[in-house]
Amino acid sequence: MSQLLSEATFANETAQPSARELKKLSRRGQGGFNRRNGFSWGVLGFIVLAALLWIAPLYLAFVNSIKSKADYTTSGPLSLPTSITFENITAFWAKANFTEKLWNSFQISFWVAIFGVLLSFLTAYAIGIGKVRGRFFVLALFMVAFTIPAEALMYPLLKMAKMVNLYDNIWSLIIIFSVLQSAFGTYLLASVLSDFPTEILEAARIDGAGSVRLLWSVVLPLTRPTLLVLMVFFFIWTWNEFLYPLVLLPSNSSQTVSLSMGLASGQYTSEPTQQAAAALVGILPTLLFFLIFQRTLLKGVTMGSVK
Amino acid sequence: MTVATTRSELKRKGATTSQARPASTGLYWPWALPGLIAFTVVVVVAFLWNVYLSFTSWKQGLGTPKWIGLDNYIKLFQDDTFWQSFLHSVVFIVSMAVVPTGLGLIIASALFDYIAPRFGNGSSAAVRAAFFLPQIIPIAVAGLLWSWMLSSQQGTFNVTMVQWGWFPSVDQAPNWLGNAGLAMLSVNVVLIWIQIGYTVTIFMSGLARADQSVHEAAAIDGASWFQRFRMITINQLAPEISVVLLTTTVAALKVFAPVYVMTQGGPGTATNVPAYFSYFNFIQTGKVGYGAAISTVLALLLIVFAIFLLRMQTRQGENR
Repeated sequence: MSQLLSEATFANETAQPSARELKKLSRRGQGGFNRRNGFSWGVLGFIVLAALLWIAPLYLAFVNSIKSKADYTTSGPLSLPTSITFENITAFWAKANFTEKLWNSFQISFWVAIFGVLLSFLTAYAIGIGKVRGRFFVLALFMVAFTIPAEALMYPLLKMAKMVNLYDNIWSLIIIFSVLQSAFGTYLLASVLSDFPTEILEAARIDGAGSVRLLWSVVLPLTRPTLLVLMVFFFIWTWNEFLYPLVLLPSNSSQTVSLSMGLASGQYTSEPTQQAAAALVGILPTLLFFLIFQRTLLKGVTMGSVK
Repeated sequence: MTVATTRSELKRKGATTSQARPASTGLYWPWALPGLIAFTVVVVVAFLWNVYLSFTSWKQGLGTPKWIGLDNYIKLFQDDTFWQSFLHSVVFIVSMAVVPTGLGLIIASALFDYIAPRFGNGSSAAVRAAFFLPQIIPIAVAGLLWSWMLSSQQGTFNVTMVQWGWFPSVDQAPNWLGNAGLAMLSVNVVLIWIQIGYTVTIFMSGLARADQSVHEAAAIDGASWFQRFRMITINQLAPEISVVLLTTTVAALKVFAPVYVMTQGGPGTATNVPAYFSYFNFIQTGKVGYGAAISTVLALLLIVFAIFLLRMQTRQGENR
C-alpha cells in the first residue's frame, strides 16, 4: 500500500493527461500504460499456449477420428492423418445406431423446452405478476429443489414411472425434466416478472383486463424473448443429462446421445480411432448448437449468478 | 378457496380506499396450480418417499419395504467407504471450486485488463472461447473423450510417450485410470479442464459490469497489474466469487457422470463419491434402503448449501 501511495505521489508530479487522451493512449498498446513490450508478448504467448492446451483434446478427437487404426499405431495420435478416412465415424454411427439416439435426444429435449418453459411461465406469472400469497415460500422450495441431488429422487421416480407404465419410455424423462427444469425456470422468471413495469399492468387493469387477458395480451408478448432464452437452456441441459436416462431408459432403442456416449466409453478400448470418432460425433451436435446460440448461452452462464 | 375469498375482500377494500394493490384484480393462484401439482408429485413426494425408504430394508426393490428404523444410518456412519467417498468429495471441491475460482480469477483478469487493452478484444474473446469449449460438451462425452486419451493400452498419452521413447512399451507407462493412486488425480484434472470455462466467463462478465474508473485511476497512479488485481479486482468481484464458490461446491458434491463414465468409482473405491456410492447401492447391488440413506444425507448437506446461497443472493439483492 505504501508503495502504491508513493508511486501515486510521483505520478501526480508528471503532467496529467485528460480522460480522452488517456483512452487514446490505452487503446491497442500504442503507448502509455498499455504499451506492448517483450513482457506483454510473453504473457500473451503463455495464455495462448494454455488456451491451445485446453482445446487440444478436441483436436485429438478430430484428427484421430479421420485416421486409420494402422496410421494411429505407426505415426501416433498427435500427427495429422496420412490419408483421410470416414470409416471410423460410419462404423461407430452404425454400431451405436446414432441416428436413433439423436432422434431420442432431440424429442426429449424439445418437449422439455416446451413444457418446462410453459410450467415455469405459468407459475412465475402467478408469483411475479399475481403476487400470490406464500410466493416466497414457493420460491425458496424451488431453489432448494434444484440443489437436491438426483439420487435422492431417482428411485421413487423409477418406481412411479413403472407404476404408470412409462418405464423405458422417453415420456417419463420428458415429464421429470420438465418439472425439475421448471423449478429453476420459475425461480428465474419470477424475478424477471416482478420487475415488470407496473404502469403497463395498471393501464391494462384499468381497461378491465382480467388475469387471462393480462397474461395473453400483455405479459406474454413482452416476455417472449426471455422465454426463448430459457427454452434454449432447457434444451441443452436436457440434452446433456446422464443419470436419469441411465436409470429410466434401459433398452438400447430408447437411449439418448449422452447416455450412449457414457456407455460407449468402456466398449471400444481396442479401437482407439473409433473411440475418437465416438467422442467427435458426441461433441458435434452441441458444438453446432453452441455456434447457433452462442450469445444466448454465454449470457445464460452468468444469468444465474449475479445480476 | 380461502385464498380467493381474501383476494376478493382485498379487492373491495382496495377499491374503497382507492389504494388498489396491483395484484388485487383478477384471480392469479390457479395459474400456479399445474406447476405446483407437478412439483409436488415429482419432487416433494419423491423426496419424502426416498427419506421413508432410508428407514427401510428393500432388497432389489422387490416385495414391500421392511421398516428397520435407523439401522441404515447407523451402518452408514460406521461404513469406511461412505466416509472415504465424502473425503473424495472434499478433493473434488478443491478441483471443481477452489482451483477453478483461483485460476479463473487470474485468467479473467489477465484477459480483461492486460491482454484486451494491449492486443484487442478479439484476442481475449478467442482465448475465452477456447477455455469455454469444454463447458458445452456433455459431461458424458467429456468422460468418453478423456477415458480414450487416458486409456492405458491405446490412449493418446501413453502411445505418445512410448513414441517419444519415455517408456519402452505401454505396459510400463502409467495406467492413468486403472491405478488407485493416479485415478483420482486423472479425474480431477478432467474436472478442472471442464470447470475453468465457467469461472472465466462469470468473472469476465463481472469485470465488464464493475466500475473501470477505479482501475484506470490506479493505473495512472502507477499501480502494477498485480497490485490492481489484489486490491481492486478481487474486491470488485467479491459477489461473483462467493456465488461461484457456492455453486461449484454444490456441483462438486453432486458429481456423478464423470466418475461413472471414467472409473465407475474404481479401481476398488479409489474414486468413489457419495452420488456414485448411492447409485451403486440402489441399482448395482439392490440395497435400496442403504442407497436411500446415502442420498438423504447428501441431500441434507446440499440443502444447507442452498440455504446459504439463497441468503447470499437476498443480501446482494438488498445491496444493489
